[in-house]
Amino acid sequence: MSVKFYREAIRDAIAEEMRRDPRVFVMGEDVAVYGGAYSATKGLLEEFGEERIRDTAISEAAIAGAAVGAAMAGMRPVAEIMYFDFMTIAMDQFVNQGGKNRYMFGGKTTVPMVLRTEGGAGRCIAAQHSQSLEAWFCHAPGVFVVMPSTPYDAKGLLKTCIRDDNPVLFVEHKMLYGEKGEVPDEEYTIPLGQAAVRRTGKDVTIIGYSRMALRCEEAAKKLAEQGIDAEVIDLRCLQPLDTKCILESVKKTGRVVLTSEAPQNANFVCEIAQRITEHAFDYLDAPVVRVCAADTPVPMSPTLEDECIPTTAKIIAAAKVVLGKA
Amino acid sequence: MAMLKAAVGKTGPKEEMALLLKQMMSIRAFEDKVFELLARAVLKGASHVYAGEEAVAVGAMAAIGKKDLITSTHRGHGHCVARGGVLKLMLAELCGKETGYCRGRGGSMHIADVHAGNLGATGIVAGNIPVGTGAALACKMKKEGQVVLCFFGDGASNNGTFHESLNMAGVWKLPIVYICENNLYGMSVAVKRCCTVENIADRASAYDMDGVIVDGQHVLDVQATVAEAVEKARAGKGPTLVEAKTYRYRGHSSSDPRVYRTKEEEKYWQERDPIKIFRQLLAEKKVMTEKELDAVQAEVDAEMVAAENFALNESPYPAPEALFDDVYAGWRQGKYGLEKLA
Repeated sequence: MSVKFYREAIRDAIAEEMRRDPRVFVMGEDVAVYGGAYSATKGLLEEFGEERIRDTAISEAAIAGAAVGAAMAGMRPVAEIMYFDFMTIAMDQFVNQGGKNRYMFGGKTTVPMVLRTEGGAGRCIAAQHSQSLEAWFCHAPGVFVVMPSTPYDAKGLLKTCIRDDNPVLFVEHKMLYGEKGEVPDEEYTIPLGQAAVRRTGKDVTIIGYSRMALRCEEAAKKLAEQGIDAEVIDLRCLQPLDTKCILESVKKTGRVVLTSEAPQNANFVCEIAQRITEHAFDYLDAPVVRVCAADTPVPMSPTLEDECIPTTAKIIAAAKVVLGKA
Repeated sequence: MAMLKAAVGKTGPKEEMALLLKQMMSIRAFEDKVFELLARAVLKGASHVYAGEEAVAVGAMAAIGKKDLITSTHRGHGHCVARGGVLKLMLAELCGKETGYCRGRGGSMHIADVHAGNLGATGIVAGNIPVGTGAALACKMKKEGQVVLCFFGDGASNNGTFHESLNMAGVWKLPIVYICENNLYGMSVAVKRCCTVENIADRASAYDMDGVIVDGQHVLDVQATVAEAVEKARAGKGPTLVEAKTYRYRGHSSSDPRVYRTKEEEKYWQERDPIKIFRQLLAEKKVMTEKELDAVQAEVDAEMVAAENFALNESPYPAPEALFDDVYAGWRQGKYGLEKLA
């Protein structure tokens, strides 16, 4: 084991896959000379050269679409869209072409590509650089959505995504690049569609992903000090979703708090609540509660940004509500 | 400024010429049949027919080899035929049948034959320009000498993806030939009403590539022009934008009353019919006799009859339980969501 930054884990995953498979290459804005806006591709240019580590123009649609075409023509592109917010510009190419070509063509093609991006709030960079748009992409059959919270998961999942034959949106979090965690020195991968139970508990299930998963763990620790035994699930992948893991936990605790950094309205966690209703309604002892971002654009001002995004305190409060201890 | 390519007028070997003629006639026969089936409501969905533009697809495709790739458009039947598409598999696809090229999942706007190098049509105007560009990037990186022909219309050249993609291809000197089929209208809006340039090929100068204009009604001119661009691309000398001036005989789709253009204009173009022009050329140059030319038409007509019978009468619809097939590679829909296949 070595202790690595989240950003290093991502870079290592790409580097290892590039060494393993000559079809893998990187392209995006500022990924080569600069090493990525959040340094997640630093050093790759030096090792692999400009043929395989490609700086592009500021052309999000062309980046995403070129990844689709390169994938269909036999390569395995790992393209970067600098901010999740910019996926709006790349969306047609990723969703309408990349996500649908296999189906529309009767299964006669594959589109093995990864679109890396990073989202989330925390840097006071306001409404066009802080969004969490994952729900939009979970609503698009044909693409996967992966959102790791730890260096271990980031590396293991990214390697799996690069090897997978489907288009994957791999969403990092801008506030996690500087987080450290243990990463094995030897080769490993993590299967898609498997959530991680971060902490077992019997009183309440708290579910999160990306940065919120860390706040869920923090909340659980504080709840433990107050005698509340919370189970924490980090989804890691939103599509494919590990429904079974969620249901097993709900059947044990009977109480659920769902968290997300995206706005509350039509949040992806609403789908989780619905699956719980469909498959484990009789096990529920209280209505499912969600802790999401406010239904506002993300504000710049630090006081407003903190108010907008779920805090550990809000998760704790929600847990107490479902336990009837508020 | 883009240059107009000079007319060729020189014919090639008889077998090759007969094949070009047959492909053009096949496209026309196919599109006439599609239009008829739509009018009779036998065919569902939307179809954008290629009649009038045959010389562009056929000429361009005659300039590439088997291993090369193409990307197509919503008006893509012609590209599919010219790339070696089989009429019965195409019509079955338009009918939504399991025997179609895409097992009935795509229909007219998403015909693809990836194994034959046709990376598919798209329903999004300009949607495949980045995809074709990426395919060309793959060709360059794989170093197997492949090139890409990327088709789109005049309307697509006003979309941002056109400019992003040509810029990318220009910077990276990708092995791609962009072929703009300028049929004068983006649905109803004339090029002169929505475009800052009269010749789309002039836009090439912004992207460090040659822009060439060709008469899209002359199949051999198109072939020669595209062949030159393909040769350049294969030699690592980068992309070309070829603009073929052409015309679609029918409306944008079957529901289009064509109020935006005149009968005189339609007549002018129909007198410049690409099949008529090529037939005359082959007869004048004594490459084929009238009898031989008629025989090609008869062969096409017979294939079309067989294709109609295959698509309408002999082909099953997909089974409803196959709805979830191929949404993902290696995963299937299960009770609790997606499940990985062993």
